[in-house]
Amino acid sequence: MVHRANASHIGGCLSIADLLGVLYTSVLRVDPRRPDWPLRDHFILSKGHAAAALYAVLAERGFFPLEWLEDFCRDGGRLCGHVTSPRVPGVEVSTGYLGHGLSIGCGMALAAARARRPTRVFVLLSDGELDEGSTWEAILFAAHHRLDDLVAIVDYNKIQSFGRVADVLDLDPLAEKWRAFRWAAREIDGHDHDAIAAALAAVPFETGRPSVVVAHTVKGKGVSFMENDLAWHYKSPDPAQLARALAEIGAA
Amino acid sequence: MRGAFLDAVCELAARDERVWLLTGDLGYSVLERFRERFPDRFVNAGVAEQNMTGVAAGLALSGKVVFVYSIANFPTLRCLEQVRNDICYHALDVKIVSVGGGVVYGPLGYTHHAIEDLAVMRALPNITVVAPGDPVETRLATRAVAARPGPCYLRLGRAAESVVHREEPAFEIGQPLVVRDGADAVLLAVGGLLANVAAAAERLATDGIDTRVISLHTLKPLDERTLARVVAGPRHVFVVAEHVAAGGPGELVSALLRRDVAVRSLCLRPDVTGLVGRRDYILAAQGLDPAGIAGAVRDALGWSPPRAASGP
Repeated sequence: MVHRANASHIGGCLSIADLLGVLYTSVLRVDPRRPDWPLRDHFILSKGHAAAALYAVLAERGFFPLEWLEDFCRDGGRLCGHVTSPRVPGVEVSTGYLGHGLSIGCGMALAAARARRPTRVFVLLSDGELDEGSTWEAILFAAHHRLDDLVAIVDYNKIQSFGRVADVLDLDPLAEKWRAFRWAAREIDGHDHDAIAAALAAVPFETGRPSVVVAHTVKGKGVSFMENDLAWHYKSPDPAQLARALAEIGAA
Repeated sequence: MRGAFLDAVCELAARDERVWLLTGDLGYSVLERFRERFPDRFVNAGVAEQNMTGVAAGLALSGKVVFVYSIANFPTLRCLEQVRNDICYHALDVKIVSVGGGVVYGPLGYTHHAIEDLAVMRALPNITVVAPGDPVETRLATRAVAARPGPCYLRLGRAAESVVHREEPAFEIGQPLVVRDGADAVLLAVGGLLANVAAAAERLATDGIDTRVISLHTLKPLDERTLARVVAGPRHVFVVAEHVAAGGPGELVSALLRRDVAVRSLCLRPDVTGLVGRRDYILAAQGLDPAGIAGAVRDALGWSPPRAASGP
């Protein structure tokens, strides 16, 4: 998709591929035939620039035809480079501007909590968007309102748009920051499927508190020449790179 | 206006369980009534307008009709990206209410003057932009925006505005209200300046200038034909707004009306940012008090005072 469209953000797509895979196979209560099913869990990809990864997963789960992926980011296509709704089944809300997703998730979780409805809300954030003040407004809000059906997952790949997190605006100690804001936090390897499934099966970690999973990930995971390289926030693989990458992840 | 707004919102909330009210930590001595009657549908989101706007979007996505309340530019410019993307782009049922539109918070200074808001908000997709002219219109507008699906911006004054409408008008979004008829000129008043415009019309009447006063309470949607119909007749049209010129109601009306009508915009000048004083003082300094408005109309119409009858 990304190669065909000459699109960006493949590094940040690969860092969340395992998280998305586990979410959509064994965690989220969703029904591809009824994307608006009232009892569904809500999922928000707040790091909307990783749209290619989400769209691939939604298509695989049958929310829309796989053929839609062919036109990703291309003239006249249905899917653009950041997560967009409406008109894309399975997408709750458009994202792409950073620092919005957790607030929207708070609103959904608050509506459910006050109606005593067991709707769970999962929001996947990038580490870079933890620079946004609005994210911390939402972190305060969720804890204050005891939104324990709200789960944040941080894709902590430690590389943001124009540098390493540690060099741009250091987030460490990240889990401790969330705990100080009265969230229940766990740290996992964000590429270990068992660890992801176990953590997400255990939410809420504490009654009366929102949960956060700090997932330690690798930007560009699975493709040796992309791993931990800032350039792959922007670059699109050429044909040779694509072939090599597919071979490395065993998809060739 | 804020009292009339709150009365209307309480009425709506009593009838419709979907109605919520969010505030960005403002509304002391105003919103308590709502909080006491509907605690499960009230949220003080704190001094965090970006998050409040996102939360409103999440609530609206969950089927609620959400009023978001704050003052001046806080619920609009502070969180403009959330308003644009999360609310307007998704066409959600969120009604953004700002108390203190224009220079209502005069002495508090420039930070608290909402004078670019109408231009900015009407540029956004799917939104309805309403600035009611008096407390009567405020009550009716609040009901109307709640009943209208999709996002809305409701620009209010503050408290103790004069009632202009002696009888309840047939308020409809997008339909300007004729408050007084006249043949010499049309005065289109936007929002809380309606009272000053009506007072200016009284003064002009004593000079023999017969003006039609219209409350242009809806800036979006506003269609060409509706506007042309209400201003038809007089060759002079004045748009009076507590707003800067750029993107303001004057520019909007000029763009919509045919070219043989002279449209003049009476609005705030750039030097408004340097003024310190109450609203009335600032409006007078900017030529938007009744005397200033009447003077501008007389000048434009080439009116001169009758010569004294007695000789030396």
